[in-house]
Formats: sequence, C-alpha cells, structure tokens
Amino acid sequence: MARFLASIGGGFLDFLASIGRVGSFAGTALSHVVRPPFYPRQLLQQLWQIGWLSLPVVGLTAIFTGMVLALQSYTGFSRFEAANAIASIVVISITRELGPVIGSLMVAGRIGAAIAAELGTMRVTEQIDALDTLATDPMKYLVVPRVVAAVIVLPLLVLVADVIGVFGGYLVSVYALEFNGANYLQRTLQYLETEDVVSGLVKASVFGLMIAIMGCYHGYNSQRGAAGVGTATTNAVVSASILILFANFFLTQLFFSR
Amino acid sequence: MSTIQKIRVQDVHKSFGKKRVLNGVTFDVPAGESLVIIGGSGTGKSVTLKCILGLMKPEQGTIEIDGEAMTGAPKAQRAALRRKIGMLFQGGALFDSLTVWENVAFALTEGRGKARAEAKPVALEKLAMVGLDEQVAALYPSELSGGMQKRVALARAIAASPDILFFDEPTTGLDPIMADVINDLIAASVKRLGATAVSITHDMASARKIATNIAMLHEGRIVWHGPVGDIDHSGNEYVDQFVHGRAEGPIKMQVRAL
Repeated sequence: MARFLASIGGGFLDFLASIGRVGSFAGTALSHVVRPPFYPRQLLQQLWQIGWLSLPVVGLTAIFTGMVLALQSYTGFSRFEAANAIASIVVISITRELGPVIGSLMVAGRIGAAIAAELGTMRVTEQIDALDTLATDPMKYLVVPRVVAAVIVLPLLVLVADVIGVFGGYLVSVYALEFNGANYLQRTLQYLETEDVVSGLVKASVFGLMIAIMGCYHGYNSQRGAAGVGTATTNAVVSASILILFANFFLTQLFFSR
Repeated sequence: MSTIQKIRVQDVHKSFGKKRVLNGVTFDVPAGESLVIIGGSGTGKSVTLKCILGLMKPEQGTIEIDGEAMTGAPKAQRAALRRKIGMLFQGGALFDSLTVWENVAFALTEGRGKARAEAKPVALEKLAMVGLDEQVAALYPSELSGGMQKRVALARAIAASPDILFFDEPTTGLDPIMADVINDLIAASVKRLGATAVSITHDMASARKIATNIAMLHEGRIVWHGPVGDIDHSGNEYVDQFVHGRAEGPIKMQVRAL
C-alpha cells in the first residue's frame, strides 16, 4: 500500500517538476524576445513555415467544419422551426470557438510536430551544441523566432479560417438547404459582433504561444536517438493539444462569463 | 611562480545518475601545444571536452581558459570565452538548412554580426584551405560525402581564426586515406593559426600525427600525460595496452551496461 501511494506521489512530483521546467523554459524564451541580438531572417523563415505553409490544412479544416456545422444546425433547429438561426449559429460558433480551436489543433499537429522533430534532430546531431560554440545563443536563434512567428501568425490563420468557415456554411445553406443567399449574408453580419472575432484572435495568439513553446521545449530537450526524437514529437503534439483545450475553457470564461 | 596556462583543468568530476564518468580529471595545456586525449569508448573523453566548452557543468573542479574561469562563470563570460574556441564535432554537426558557405561563415555572420557579403569571401578562403572549391560552397551538407562534411566542419571551426581548437574524434567513420587527409589538414590549420589544440580520439595514427603531447584517460582520470615521442615507451601498462590494441591487460572491456 505504501509503495502504491509512493508511486502516485512520485508521479505527481514528477508532473509538478515538469510544469516547472516548461514554465522556466517559457520564461527564458520570452525574456529573450526583447533582448538583442535578433535574427530577422530566421523570423521571416518561420513566418513562412508556420503561416503560409499551414494555410491549406487550416483552410480545408475550416471549410468542412463550416459545412458540417450548417448541416447539423439545420437538422436540429428545423425541428423547432428555427432554421433561420443557422447563419448566426455558424458565424458565432466559427469565430468564437471552432476557428481558433480546430485551426490551432491542426497547426499543433503540423507545426508542433515539425518544430519538435527539427530541434530534436539538431539536439541529437549536436547542432545545438555547435550553435553554442559559434557564439550564437540557441534560445535566441532557434526558439525566439518560432515563438514570435507562431504568436503573430496564428491569429492571421484563424482570421482566414473564420472567413472560409463562414463561407462553408454559406455554401451548404444556399446550395444544399436552399436558403436565400442575400438573407443568409445579412443575418451573418447582423449577429456578428467585434468581440466574437477579437476573442477568437486573442485565443489563437495564446494557442500559438503554447504550440511553439511545447514544440521547442520537447525538441530542445530531446533524448538521444531516433526514439528520443519520436517521443519528443509525440509529447509536443499531445501536450500542446491538451493545453489548447484547457486554456480555451478559461479564456472563454474570461471573455464571455458575465 | 605559476604561469597562466591556455587551458587548465583541475580535479573535474562529472556523473550521470549513478554512473561516474569523470573522477578528478586534471591537466594543463600551455599555449601552442596540441594535446590529444586518448582512451577507450565511454571513458569520458567527449564529456571532458564538453565540460571545457561549458556545454556541461561539472559537479566539482575548475576549468580555466586564459586564466578565466569557465566553470560557474555567468553566461556572458562563457560566451566570450567560447569566442576564442573553434570546435570540430564528431559528426560534423553542420546545419542542414544552410549551404556549405553559410555554415562556414556562421560564426562571422550570426556570431559576430558581420555582413553576409563580407563573410562569404572569408568562408570561400577557409574552404579553399581545406581543399574545397566554390562549387561545393553552394551545396547543402546532405549533398556531401562524410569526408567532405568533415572538411567543411573543419573550415567552420577555423573560420573565425580562433586561439583554441577542439577536435572531437576527427577521423571517426572515415576511410584510412581520408582520415590521413583530415589529419594533415588539422595539423596544417593548427600550425597556420598558431592555435592551441585539444583533440580526443582512439585512432592512434591520428594521435601521432596531430599531437605534440598525449594524455590517456581511463576510468575518469588521466593515467598518463607526456610528449608524443614517448608514447611507445611510456612505461605505463594502460598506455601500452591501448597503443598496441591488446585485449589482455589492465583495461577490462565492459561487456554489459552498469
């Protein structure tokens, strides 16, 4: 019994220690954001990698999410003769929740994994040690550009996802459910408030920070060998995804509980 | 009167978990000397080098470069000391995402803020010193053979004309002819720069070619240290067994993990 309790206690202490390590890593990374030297070439490269190259996956996810949302809303709301509410349901759901959360989860899968794998491989092949010996701080050269790029780019990706998602809902509503297009757009704009969009973009920025920090942390501290890099990649995606869902609840509460 | 050594390592201890790797390593390297540390796999040669570079922190002991402490020094001081050092890593540790000339110029462009246009001719000159032409400069490391990668890594190590050069297993994984070419290049580079060099290897041909002095590391301690000319009549049974590559002797090969 004592051994069982000790194992639970040990596991919990390990968990707390790992939170501390991630927090310390994040704090160090953020402190370097404002301290020179800066590496603008690296930042531009990451903006391209994280932003532009993620557009297809985020766009596809958004359009199908919007289409399914319109279909399901119609199925449910037509029972109460409230089918006209579909436009407002789609736009509010997409901008407040589905755009930022599903978009960020997709980016966590694509970018979180890529960052962890790249930094993990650099750790294993001593490229990170090489940076140190070449008078270049790996934190500034590798971590800061990825973190800053993710924080900047995620809201932009989510903004695109919002537009595409709403368009998906429009397509299904107008061409499959035979709504009037002009009325649908009018209702979309009528019920949409600035706060809906802004809250989603703020969430996206926070999620971007989480994705980059978890990818960098796990890659930077990767263990030796191919298995070490594989584990780092898995941990980066899983931890970023859980953090996104966890943070989403608290951010939603912060923005909308009155 | 004590003279300032270029590198001074005193009573350095380093453990990983229960495994003690360095157990009181002590040696000095005067300016202009080329010290080669020999020893079997797992005896702590790479760990010694990483402790001197400040990439690993020893639990006990002191390391000084030009009379300044590397151990326990603030990050900025460690970075300043590292500017005096060029390092050739065992696997090359070339940056995959950069071309050959960008790798060679890295210490100048990113480490010292030199413009790319100014740094490129320096990189091409260093590449020429290791026998590589301009056509190679535009390639990526993955497009090069192992021997060429080692040459590029050597060019990168000497690019900023450092006072001190470290070589980690410079001939590992190379055929005997290419290994000899690399040994010649290392000896010539050290001589041309007038640098102090510390190399680690278990390749005796390499040690004989690039050393002025040899130290033998066994079970985390220096068991012999003397001029390269004395290596064949050292009177030390560990050195004799290692130099002649005999299975019988005081060095017992570990056949299973501790």
